[in-house]
Amino acid sequence: MAAGDGKPILPPEPPGRLYRAWDSDIFYSYRRSPVTIIASIVVVIIVGAALLAPWIAPYNPFNPASLNLMDGFTPPFSESRMGNYYLLGTDNQGRDVFSTILYGSRISLFVGFSATLFAMALGISLGLIAGYQGGTTDAIIMRVTDIQLSFPAILIALLIFGIARGIIPPSQQESMAVYVLIVAIGLANWAQFARTVRGATMVERQKDYVSAARIMGVHPILILARHVLPNVMGPVLVIATIGLALAIIEEATLSFLGVGVPPTQPSLGTLIRIGQQYLFSGEWWILFFPAFTLILLALSVNLLGDWLRDALNPRLR
Amino acid sequence: MTTQTPLVEVNHLSRRFDVSKPWLNRVIERTDKAYVRAVDDVTFRINKGETLALVGESGSGKSTIARLIVGLLDPSEGDIHFDGKSLKKGLKGGEARRLRRRFQMIFQDPFASLNPRWRVTDIIGEPLKVFEGGLSSLERRKRVGELLTLVGLSPDDGVKFPHEFSGGQRQRVAIARALAARPDFIVCDEPTSALDVSVQAQILNLMKDLQDEFGLTFLFISHDLSVVRHMANRIGVLYLGRLAEVADSKTLFAKPRHPYTRMLLDAVPDLEMTGRKRKKVEGEIPNPINPPPGCAFHPRCPFANERCRMEIPQLLWNGEGETACHGVEEGRI
Repeated sequence: MAAGDGKPILPPEPPGRLYRAWDSDIFYSYRRSPVTIIASIVVVIIVGAALLAPWIAPYNPFNPASLNLMDGFTPPFSESRMGNYYLLGTDNQGRDVFSTILYGSRISLFVGFSATLFAMALGISLGLIAGYQGGTTDAIIMRVTDIQLSFPAILIALLIFGIARGIIPPSQQESMAVYVLIVAIGLANWAQFARTVRGATMVERQKDYVSAARIMGVHPILILARHVLPNVMGPVLVIATIGLALAIIEEATLSFLGVGVPPTQPSLGTLIRIGQQYLFSGEWWILFFPAFTLILLALSVNLLGDWLRDALNPRLR
Repeated sequence: MTTQTPLVEVNHLSRRFDVSKPWLNRVIERTDKAYVRAVDDVTFRINKGETLALVGESGSGKSTIARLIVGLLDPSEGDIHFDGKSLKKGLKGGEARRLRRRFQMIFQDPFASLNPRWRVTDIIGEPLKVFEGGLSSLERRKRVGELLTLVGLSPDDGVKFPHEFSGGQRQRVAIARALAARPDFIVCDEPTSALDVSVQAQILNLMKDLQDEFGLTFLFISHDLSVVRHMANRIGVLYLGRLAEVADSKTLFAKPRHPYTRMLLDAVPDLEMTGRKRKKVEGEIPNPINPPPGCAFHPRCPFANERCRMEIPQLLWNGEGETACHGVEEGRI
């Protein structure tokens, strides 16, 4: 093969990823959208606080030994009967609301993220297979998603939760509850991903770069993973962000209904359920602060998703 | 002249596409399944080192033949032999790898044939990864640099993404990818029809130079007769999925025998200003779902007679080339 005459023939190394990310169109639109910047700051604060809960929470609400029943129903910003200071007050058992929110968002976010990742993994794989294979495989997978999408997601999650409760022995139900919740919410949300990915895959499959790889005899799984997947990830990221907000709310709903995580490990939804019992007797803070955190979190994540959708859609620029 | 050993042999190749309505519609509307015969009983050979061009209007089955040969589609009937070995559906494992390595394809649209998320180094390196797994990443980058130089780009272009190139440059990248695995045979599916006229000639000349340098064999698909004249040793004219005429490039342009070929050549604009009157191409290509009986060209043919309306003509040797025409066979035309 004719080599360059003495000239360097090595293609240079690609520039750093960080620099490219900062220089990209997406970050340009990010820097110019104050709402998005605020939303992302809120998300970072809540996620950061949740992750660091054991270190920044003034009390450990999960440790029954540290609870003080006499401090129950302390209003926010005031000293309790026992002389302890609770920033956002306490609940019926004397648990610090601020600390429970920190620990609660930890569980809410963990369930939300894991459920969304699970739904993504399932939806993307099935969508890729359906879109690439076509024919009967496609028809079967798409009919299942159709059925799935015609049920309210919360109903499916409830159903799966109920079945799991029937299968798992009672002694393990408490410890397994979080994982059952993740699977239930994940299974209730995968259909959106499958549909989107399937549509995008059908478009990409027709393109000649896929044909070129097929001619070389690249294995279909590699074609899907390395050629098709990167090209269908744009819309998936948008759904994932909005799906994350949905999953957090669904977890809260399930916990509010009393089928979610056990009361000993309260998530935001559990806190809201406990709080609503005392709402009309004047102890508003037990409900208000967890609910406010949940709304703030879901709203910010949704705003991020909205921005991502606009930033990734070339037609809206 | 080229050596007369066939590298690719295509025998009685046919490909049907199911264009039926969904099952429920068929039941309610009481219609049968419908098929398009995109390629119908096509037989030809491509000799080592030569360029065979296939020309035809849109819908004549050119691209389908290209896709059948490289294995993107499976033939409904007939078979394809590459260097004496049959390319059957069941071909698997090392045998398939060795054969696949020897043919490549260059596509029409250089905007769709390169993965937009991949850097050029990775795009050109992919065949090397598939066929020469033993190469270290440094060796691979080196080879990519050589290939980029070979097609007239700079090794520095390797870090770029496809959208940073013009159409002609992208087609150069596609050519470099096709050459990466050192193939013998390249199927070119209208490689220049998406490009500006000024760039077309550059790409065609590059392909010719590479053909001479590496002894490549081309199957060149095009609807552009001037491009074909520049590139091809032999030309096959397709009409509605069937070969109407196959002849040497010179013979075909000097003495076209089939009425359809004549019609096509008469329609080429006369740039030399010889005063030849340009004739319009009359009529349209018929609906391939329901092609006319007999010779598919008879509704547009000025020489058609009763036999043409009844009997499908076979591709026969006429002394200088092959034609599928009753008129030529009978000496009427």
